[in-house]
Amino acid sequence: MSFDDFLQAFFSLEILQQAWPILWAGLLNTLLLSVVVVPLGFLGGLILALLGTVHSRWVRWPLIAWVDLFRSLPPLVLLVFVYAGLPFAGLEVTALTAVAIGFFLNTGAYYGEILRAGIESVPRGQVEAARCTGLTAAQAMAHVVLPQAVRNVLPDLISNTLEVVKLTSIASVVALPELLFQARQAQSVTYNATPIMAAAVIYFILLWPVVRLLSRLENRQMAGRR
Amino acid sequence: MSAAIVEARGVHKYFGGLHVLKGVDLAVRERELVFVIGPSGSGKSTLLRCLNRLEEPSDGSITVDGIDMLDRRTDINKARQRIGMVFQSFNLYPHMTALGNVALALRRVQGMSRAAAEARARQALERVHLADRAGHYPGQLSGGQQQRVAIARAIALEPRVMLFDEPTSALDPELVGGVLQAMRELRESGMTMVVVSHEMGFARAAADRVVFMDGGRIVEEGPPEAIFGNPQQERTRAFIGQIERH
Repeated sequence: MSFDDFLQAFFSLEILQQAWPILWAGLLNTLLLSVVVVPLGFLGGLILALLGTVHSRWVRWPLIAWVDLFRSLPPLVLLVFVYAGLPFAGLEVTALTAVAIGFFLNTGAYYGEILRAGIESVPRGQVEAARCTGLTAAQAMAHVVLPQAVRNVLPDLISNTLEVVKLTSIASVVALPELLFQARQAQSVTYNATPIMAAAVIYFILLWPVVRLLSRLENRQMAGRR
Repeated sequence: MSAAIVEARGVHKYFGGLHVLKGVDLAVRERELVFVIGPSGSGKSTLLRCLNRLEEPSDGSITVDGIDMLDRRTDINKARQRIGMVFQSFNLYPHMTALGNVALALRRVQGMSRAAAEARARQALERVHLADRAGHYPGQLSGGQQQRVAIARAIALEPRVMLFDEPTSALDPELVGGVLQAMRELRESGMTMVVVSHEMGFARAAADRVVFMDGGRIVEEGPPEAIFGNPQQERTRAFIGQIERH
């Protein structure tokens, strides 16, 4: 195989041109998924973390069971279960809704554990000082604890977000044509690997700045601890 | 002599099986500075924290400025605005500037506009001579400055009583002076203060009354000259002797 053949098989501009509309549609879906799924998962995590501050075993034990369950289930299984299972409960869901629910359950549990660790990292004296000035428990949480908690676990939150964006590729199993699925479609039509290479490059361009940001934050935290 | 502004009667506190306060009575009159001393574990900090219900007393009654602090119907968040508290570890909010620290409760609790809250916060910082540090974050301030910001945070709400829980214990010796100076000025402005501290020099100079606690009880109380110069109880004598030797 000559070098030209290699280029033709993996980096063909011609193929890229042909495949671009398909890839573009996939990219839009991946972006849409990320924009829906990341805030939703974060919100789910926030709810779980706040419930985790309630000192009642009637809240605590169901919460532990919930988090354990959705962290143990493979996201793919969870997604198929939601998409194929809800109709049996009389609920027809669109692919996007199924993905949103599945990610809310799965990534919510992960974000929740991260935020819980963040909340626990804030010294008790912070809440005491806030309550002493008349702030309610909710105000102390919103203005004093959460801002510090999020900052303390920011690298973990970003790291988890990277994983979530990459994980959106499983949406194709419920027939939601995201970037990777579209790339494979294009590959099978053109008998050429260029679309897959293009998808890889697109993922890289999307995520690399976030990875850089993460590294900088981690370095700063290490420096802060010294 | 004016009536008591803080009145604790028969206060008991258990932590699990540990009996930390064993029936404490304490009355503080308006404009009085009461110093609470005693060995660690004597319950002095717990008593202080019961006064604004940071700890829930197991038994007894506590009234501050006419408000029954232990009544379920009392709006505790409203009551706490009348009771300022300063902690050993400062507990400033590290993600806010000095000004932000002082202004937070003014905005969120007293509902002031941002401008009004910041103006009042600036005044409070001026009173502790830190107006020029308003834009600094706690991490950029010395321990002494942080504690003075914490005092400003409390007095900005114009409390009727101030509680100090070992305000200088976490400070390097050279930084203690500034904090004591701020407390002295607060005292001169007529603030009622309850201070848990080992600053005996300050107690001698500024306190109206010294309360000695040991084993969860008040052992002896009186004017500083009496407690330091001529303690009546054996345990007080032993404690005073110990700290004087340092």
